[in-house]
Amino acid sequence: MSGGPGGGAMFPIRVRGLRHAPNGRELLSGVDLDLGDEGITVLLGPNGAGKTLLLRALCGLLVPCSGTLDWGGGAQPERGVMMVFQKPMMLRASVLANAVLGLKPLGLSRHDCRSRGIAVLERVGLAHRAHDSARLLSGGEQQRLGLARAWLTRPRLLLLDEPTASLDPSATAEVERIVREIRTDGTRILMVTHNLGQATRLADDIVFMSGGRVHEHTPTRRFFSRPQSDEARRFIQGELPWRMSF
Amino acid sequence: MAHELLKRIRVAVLGVVLAGAAQVATCAESIVLASTTSTEQSGLFGHILPIFEKTSGISVKVVALGTGQALDVGRRGDADALLVHDRAAEDKFVAEGYGSYRRDVMYNDFVVVGPTADPAAVKASSDTSDAFRRIAGKGATFISRADKSGTHAAELRFWKAAAIEPVGQFWYKEAGTGMGPTLNMAAGVDAYTLSDRGTWANFKNRQNLAILYAGDPKLFNPYGAILVNPDRHPHVKKAAAERFIDWLTSDAGREAIASYRIGGEQLFFPSPR
Amino acid sequence: MFASTLTDAVRLLATFDHRVAEIVGLSLQVSGGAVVLGTLIGLPLGASIAVGRFPGKAGVSVLINALMGLPSVVVGVVVYLLLSRSGPFGAFGLLYTPLAMVAAQTLLVVPLMAAIARQVVEDAWQRYAEELQVMRFTWWQSVSTLLHDCRHSLLVAVLAGLGRAMSEVGAVMIVGGNIDRATRVMTTAIALETSKGDLPLAIALGIVLIVLILALNAVAFGLRHWAMRRYG
Repeated sequence: MSGGPGGGAMFPIRVRGLRHAPNGRELLSGVDLDLGDEGITVLLGPNGAGKTLLLRALCGLLVPCSGTLDWGGGAQPERGVMMVFQKPMMLRASVLANAVLGLKPLGLSRHDCRSRGIAVLERVGLAHRAHDSARLLSGGEQQRLGLARAWLTRPRLLLLDEPTASLDPSATAEVERIVREIRTDGTRILMVTHNLGQATRLADDIVFMSGGRVHEHTPTRRFFSRPQSDEARRFIQGELPWRMSF
Repeated sequence: MAHELLKRIRVAVLGVVLAGAAQVATCAESIVLASTTSTEQSGLFGHILPIFEKTSGISVKVVALGTGQALDVGRRGDADALLVHDRAAEDKFVAEGYGSYRRDVMYNDFVVVGPTADPAAVKASSDTSDAFRRIAGKGATFISRADKSGTHAAELRFWKAAAIEPVGQFWYKEAGTGMGPTLNMAAGVDAYTLSDRGTWANFKNRQNLAILYAGDPKLFNPYGAILVNPDRHPHVKKAAAERFIDWLTSDAGREAIASYRIGGEQLFFPSPR
Repeated sequence: MFASTLTDAVRLLATFDHRVAEIVGLSLQVSGGAVVLGTLIGLPLGASIAVGRFPGKAGVSVLINALMGLPSVVVGVVVYLLLSRSGPFGAFGLLYTPLAMVAAQTLLVVPLMAAIARQVVEDAWQRYAEELQVMRFTWWQSVSTLLHDCRHSLLVAVLAGLGRAMSEVGAVMIVGGNIDRATRVMTTAIALETSKGDLPLAIALGIVLIVLILALNAVAFGLRHWAMRRYG
């Protein structure tokens, strides 16, 4: 954790007309989105809106049928984008070994990896468990470890897919603290959540998706007080189906 | 750490393997002798080789095969010397230049083995051809080595002498295996077979089998030693192999061969000079 | 007959001498060496097939699976022809040495270990693939990470290899020659005693072989159980 991510043209990210329709089933039907170089953006929307697919397209796991992704005027950078999945994978190894996993492709020395790993584990409150087995951690701890692993690679853009989906309130609060810290470190964050309270606590702006489209992209306060689109209004009022998680 | 432990075990195993390989490599001088299952399974080598090794310091590694296979191994240069028993094939081997020379070493004899009930009345045979004719005439099950061994070659000679073509007959089973396994088969199904006396004498799983016919001079079974030709295969350990062959045919070697007995019975007889 | 053979065998077990210990020791050295080489070759090979994306991948998987059933005699003949003085590697003089037996058994266990490793690693790869891709893991980094992560399950592959190597007779008989005090291992000794019709001794050696394989499996099972509890 030495300093924030370096400069370079990666932002603004411009998504235009992103379409994904495997076997004729349209899952993303023309997504447009602009992401500036700082802040936390929360993706809201009912199940099946295409939120996770958008994240996957941004980290290169999904090749869309059509549409363009423009990264500050160029192609997608080789490094700098990281994603933390809903249930991060845990190798059958120590917490420390799992934390430094993302450094493997960078070819750092063992000693370097270790000291960076210990440092990041301290920041996510897992240093005391560094040598325990990662698989024996609780759900909240595993999520923190997943965040630590991504953080350690100092991504410019971090994609989070429902990081607190199955966590209790205190574990959720701990994850939110870490997400804020990562953002303060200079990492751009785009996260999916179904927790509206979490969205108001964390988000600088809200992207609302439904039916494979972005309906609205507005600052958080305005989104909740005066939603622009009819879908968003109905979603906030609980009229669209979505999963409760407080 | 299980992984560390596994790693250590692997390293240890590798070490043991390499040590084993080194042990073989540093062994005192040794030669490879391709010989027959009949000599190996009769226990003869277990008796005479320690005597030779003590006097010469040369260890003899015996690969026991059928005579045909042993000759093949010699032809490829994978042995230094041969001790086999198929005179015609041996002479051909030397004539073709694969072997330097052949020496008479010893002989024993073949015996016709079969069930004690003796349905083909082989016991009453007048000579070898008669014994084989009786088996064929009765259609009694006969198990052939059918492995191109010296015993197999002899058996085929005996059928020919009896003017019988056994191959393809319902009672003639071609096992394609060594003397011991063939005797195991014969014991299992009460069949007749031809065995060398040495293997028979040392064979323990006899069940109902017994010697039913023996003693005909035609059943004479001579063994010859051959030096694999060093001109053709330069890696052949000529000096050591010659020393072994010389010893086999020396007084000391002849005495060692003659002194091998099972249950008081002498199994191999040194060849007359 | 059967019962008396068995009791004779058990009685013989009590009188085992250093000659038998030598044979058991050589068995362990040869098969152990083959399994070490099989582990170094077969496991990365299997994992590479699991992780790799290349044309004909299905065909390669089927081939490796089929080679699990490779008859040991065929391997023996092939290695014999290769190592024979008249063969391409004849100059090394390896035929009828323990190293030749290690080579033959290695050929025998590599497909078996690779096939099991492919299956085990493929399952793990399906769980980890996306996250490793996002972290920009190269093909080889993925292979080594997965091999390490599946190490406890891959112990099964190692044990299967050891079982196959220790119990096969066809290959070591041909390339080793069953030479007394040089290349005689448990299985070839059993074959020889059977040839001599000494069935009680053959059975006694068989019992030793089974007990040995059983003991190795028990140790490995315990190790795996302990590791699973430790690492989840």
